[in-house]
Amino acid sequence: MMIRKEVVVVGAGPAGLSAAIEAARAGADTLLVDLNLKPGGQLFKQIHKFFGSSSHRSGTRGIDIGKLLVREAQEAGVELWLKSTVVGLFPGYKVGIQRGGDDETKELVTVHAKKIVIATGASENVVRFKGWTTPGVMGAGAAQTMVNVNHVKPGQRIVMLGSGNVGLIVSYQLMQAGCEVVALVEAAPNIGGYAVHAAKICRAGVPLYTKHTIVEAVAGEDGCLRQVVIAQVDETFQPIPGTEQTLEADCVAIGAGLKPSAELLRLLNCRFMFSGAFGGYIPLHNEKMETSLSGIYVAGDSTGVEEANTALEEGRIAGVSAAEQLGLIDGARADARRTEIWERLKALRQGPFGERRQTAEDEILREYAAQVGVPAEEVMPEVLTEAI
Amino acid sequence: MCLRMEHHVVLDTAHQAPTVEITVDGRPVSAYEGEPILAALLANGIRVNRYTVKRHEPRGLFCGIGQCTDCAMIVDGIPNVRTCITSVRAGMVVETQDGLGKKVAP
Amino acid sequence: MGLIETGYLEYAELFSRQTLPTQERYAKGPVAIAECVQEIPCNPCESACACHAICVGEPITRLPRVCYDQCTGCGMCAAKCPGLAIFIVNKAYSAQTATVSFPYEYYPVPKVGDVVRGVNRKGAYQCEAKVVKVLSPASFDHTPLVTIEIPKHLADEVRSIERKCLA
Repeated sequence: MMIRKEVVVVGAGPAGLSAAIEAARAGADTLLVDLNLKPGGQLFKQIHKFFGSSSHRSGTRGIDIGKLLVREAQEAGVELWLKSTVVGLFPGYKVGIQRGGDDETKELVTVHAKKIVIATGASENVVRFKGWTTPGVMGAGAAQTMVNVNHVKPGQRIVMLGSGNVGLIVSYQLMQAGCEVVALVEAAPNIGGYAVHAAKICRAGVPLYTKHTIVEAVAGEDGCLRQVVIAQVDETFQPIPGTEQTLEADCVAIGAGLKPSAELLRLLNCRFMFSGAFGGYIPLHNEKMETSLSGIYVAGDSTGVEEANTALEEGRIAGVSAAEQLGLIDGARADARRTEIWERLKALRQGPFGERRQTAEDEILREYAAQVGVPAEEVMPEVLTEAI
Repeated sequence: MCLRMEHHVVLDTAHQAPTVEITVDGRPVSAYEGEPILAALLANGIRVNRYTVKRHEPRGLFCGIGQCTDCAMIVDGIPNVRTCITSVRAGMVVETQDGLGKKVAP
Repeated sequence: MGLIETGYLEYAELFSRQTLPTQERYAKGPVAIAECVQEIPCNPCESACACHAICVGEPITRLPRVCYDQCTGCGMCAAKCPGLAIFIVNKAYSAQTATVSFPYEYYPVPKVGDVVRGVNRKGAYQCEAKVVKVLSPASFDHTPLVTIEIPKHLADEVRSIERKCLA
């Protein structure tokens, strides 16, 4: 079954919603696809107030920004398919979708698009220790989803591994849900995330164990998590024997970072590069958020792990650029919009946390200019010299 | 121990959806219509979703967003259903999956 | 060791990064103390203040500066701050006691008259305290501001209360 759309956006998080809104407002027939039960991506899990400036709706909770975006998408006439997984991207802008229905049936559909935006976000990193597969050990994002979206506690006594912003914020949110965070464990000597987040959980009495790691998750008779063993680490992050401590816990939340998920673009041989600051392999893109393949755009965490505000802005650029390429927005207006958005992105990438990402973004744009230049009109054969 | 969150300063925890009954490994379990099956199981203290093929080790919630398949169970006879992104319907029959699950005739 | 190693701010570090009110200003009544010492892009406190007493400016990574003479201690900034890093301190509450107002987003939120356990930035118990005010108007967007009465000599230390964790 073949359906025609002008713009298909894959992923209905902040980047995808923004891209779809821009494209639809410009007049494009836009389809937004997401495999989850609800739109919003990670936004509906962010119950805390956002940082940034007033143009980024700072001081507003992520959930409220999510509701606003979903409403804007509806008002702009974006068609939304939920419970639908994009299973393939094919030459000629064909998108293979396993479309879900209300009664849990699924049908395979091909959507023939003119422009595609990939906004598939990121996936959680894993830290392996003995017993890491024990039920009760999960990603910090999973714990966050359970409390903030499903209103179910993932456990009662939580050990959080990782002190980046995810580890810090989710620890706070688990306490808001009524859980006890018995330890925050961080291998580095410093906290990785914002000091103000750490300050909140410290004054809530959460013990912070820097220079420590988890060495074992111990299961009870039911096969589920019962205890967690932590140990101090040396300068090479190796556990120091004899420093083990056992904590009673029924949940470990691993907040060890995210890595971009843009695997769909591999199917079209889009060019990638490794960016440590952005969390892993990211698709090369230019100032229009266009990949090495003409008409295929990318936005949000799938282009580099950052935050909701940067995802929103990148989504806007992708939507505007897709609409421009369809002839729905003239070049001058599109350029003006992009310039204004890139200024806001620069503002977000300032300070000791943002500078590294700004440097990384500059590098991506330089590499794109050097390796790609002008995006290709057809899928290129795979570049075998590139390590993937 | 019930793990449902009943109070929250920021979130409205009042349930809008009706309560329905599903069966899990033959036992009746109370759930909210439309919530992810996995959430209903966790709320009722059920943390094991399946067992691995070779070593018969238990698996449960890991990513929560349909990426890792640790939460896959047999739902209404169909195996490998990701319970974290599948909604509860009244009368659903959910079973702990052992191994790969049997292929279901179309 | 500083905030990024320990997770909590020692008073000396706060003192080195923020100009704090003079004794004369403290004697006049409640005042906002922004315990914000790290440069991140953030400025909602600036627009929250009806008296224009807080300045962040450009670039928005700059630390907020409170003009203490203009500040009335109303608490809007404390409720708006995404980092929950602003506190309202009133060292003029009474001869022996001061009050500290802090954002508190845990259930259960204490009620006026409750006796609670005041803690410092490390979460360590400091003193018993009485809840004298709880503000949670719609404009605070679900960030209640709790005011507790404490011995005056602890006004620079107490910044929250022990949570009643639900089993």
